[in-house]
Amino acid sequence: MQMYDLPDRGGHFGNYGGVFVAETLIEALDQLKAAYARYQKDPQFLDEFAYELKHYVGRPSPVYHARRWSGHFGGAQVYLKREDLNHTGAHKINNVIGQALLARRMGKQRVIAETGAGMHGVAAATIAARYGLECVVYMGVEDVKRQVQNVYRMKLLGASVVPVESGSKTLKDALNEAMRDWVTNVENTFYIIGTVAGPHPYPMMVRDFQSVIGREAREQMQEMTGRQPDAVVACVGGGSNAMGIFYPYISDEKVRLIGVEAAGRGLESGKHAATLCTGKPGVLHGNRTYLLQDDNGQIIETHSVSAGLDYPGVGPEHAWLKDSGRAEYVAVTDEDALQAFHDLCRLEGIIPALESAHALAYAAKMAPRMKQDQMLLINLSGRGDKDMQTVAELAGIKI
Amino acid sequence: MGVPVTGHRSLVTVFDMSRIASTFEALKKQGRKALIPFITAGDPAPEFTISLMHALVDGGADVIELGVPFSDPMADGPVIQRSSERALKHGVSLKGVIELVRKFRAANASTPVVLMGYANPIEAMGLERFAEAAKAAGVDGVLVVDYPPAEAEKMVGLLDARGIDTIFLLSPTTTNARLEEVTRLGRGYLYYVSLRGVTGASHINLADVAAGVGRVQRSSRLPVGVGFGIRDAATAQAVAAFADAVVVGSRLVQEVENAGPDELVERIKTVLSDIRRAMDQPREKTPA
Repeated sequence: MQMYDLPDRGGHFGNYGGVFVAETLIEALDQLKAAYARYQKDPQFLDEFAYELKHYVGRPSPVYHARRWSGHFGGAQVYLKREDLNHTGAHKINNVIGQALLARRMGKQRVIAETGAGMHGVAAATIAARYGLECVVYMGVEDVKRQVQNVYRMKLLGASVVPVESGSKTLKDALNEAMRDWVTNVENTFYIIGTVAGPHPYPMMVRDFQSVIGREAREQMQEMTGRQPDAVVACVGGGSNAMGIFYPYISDEKVRLIGVEAAGRGLESGKHAATLCTGKPGVLHGNRTYLLQDDNGQIIETHSVSAGLDYPGVGPEHAWLKDSGRAEYVAVTDEDALQAFHDLCRLEGIIPALESAHALAYAAKMAPRMKQDQMLLINLSGRGDKDMQTVAELAGIKI
Repeated sequence: MGVPVTGHRSLVTVFDMSRIASTFEALKKQGRKALIPFITAGDPAPEFTISLMHALVDGGADVIELGVPFSDPMADGPVIQRSSERALKHGVSLKGVIELVRKFRAANASTPVVLMGYANPIEAMGLERFAEAAKAAGVDGVLVVDYPPAEAEKMVGLLDARGIDTIFLLSPTTTNARLEEVTRLGRGYLYYVSLRGVTGASHINLADVAAGVGRVQRSSRLPVGVGFGIRDAATAQAVAAFADAVVVGSRLVQEVENAGPDELVERIKTVLSDIRRAMDQPREKTPA
């Protein structure tokens, strides 16, 4: 592969991406594009970003060789990129810091965010507290009910959480509502999108901020093992943790890139969130990408045991990586993800987020069929503390 | 296509003109401004839509904007969101909306109909198939909220080839550079969004809107309509003093939501008639 330089100036990754928003938002996006173009090369901005990642987030996050779990498979050696050890417990904070630093430089005193499981909302509320910004988080009513603890965390951090009643009352509707807020309050407000979706420049910008994951991992793998892994595996909802670890590997074609979607109760059940595996291209939330939609182009509701993968779209760069064949996309059921969740708890003493457990579950299918000198690198994108309630309920335990 | 218009133009020109262009032409001669009501197709249920469209014409509509329901109407406020949800509960699809237009057109050959909606249902149908079906049904214009000019060239070409106008939005934040791009691709009329916000927002600043519309009128020969936030006859009258058209959406959709099934059609006609009457009354002074 030649130098990888997508997206183009209009934010396109091949047929995907772009800017599909009402005219009322175009100027705001142009301003954001200009600000990002300026600061992404600004040494002072980059220094501050690096400082925050080191001292506030705790980066670099380690790569950990999961020896017992690997032994359990008797095949490939499994390495985990420990984004679960970040402040606030997931990779989300990397991107939020980048965007908040940009918001401050653009003179915006108010930040808004959408959230599903609440992890991005918590990260946004955290950074707003850290920088003294007003923060409003939009969250579907259904998610507010399911994620009571994260709602409280956001409030503790000083954010207001607005329950969204429209549509399916989940993440996609929270995103719609945040966009509506932004278009109304664009003068003083910065919209911190949590994933590599939305209109250009968001997919590119979020990817760039998250690519610290892959850059560190390349160095760490080289240092620990003398080479790069045979495959990199990450879960894909919107796709920001996957883009973050994939991006520095795109030009390195010897390394397979595997994105794992949520097959929910099974792809044939219709109750899943496997957008790339089963969806069709379309336009939603400002970009063209694969979508879960009916024959009439209406967006359909998704299902996954992990709220963070419960999204009917996916970042446009993943759509391009799929069509170009550079990355492979597969799906793992709730059941398999839960098995991997429990295995990692018992064999390695690490409680993974249910989202990340999807990547673990697919690695668990691959590893036994691989040779012992082969290596898998998995992005352990978050920790599972937030999932205690869900996992306990599934086991019939009340906590 | 087009209604026969008497005057100095040759018949050929008249029949080359789109139904939208000839409507604006006729109004101009009468010294009147266009009233463009918006309702969501299939709201509260598909069987009401055609009667509502005729009621809008009876109430003084010059052009009808017919909303195509979408599951994720990002640019709309709660009123139009709910109308979309009501229509979707009845399974209203883009194909179904086009069929409603066909039926309306069978009884009304003169009132232009503009479909207003979001890109995904159109892309799911396929742009070319959509353009073809819209043409066959007698659709006159298409406004895709989330197709800004940079992403709309292909659709404009397909619609142009079939004599259907592509309507674009403009906003107070539209720069002069982009205004040029929009006026290059825009057909029929330009839709000036009166405020920073979503449809149905509470109030507009008339002086700002007048200035914004003036800026657009100086750079384009197309008529300029104003919408988002025009909720009553007085505001419509004030806007009609400087704009070429007044778009009333959320207010009507709210009436649809609140009225019972028996009074619905009559109610819509009455509300629109009041607005029409106010617009047609000469105003003492214009703002700014």
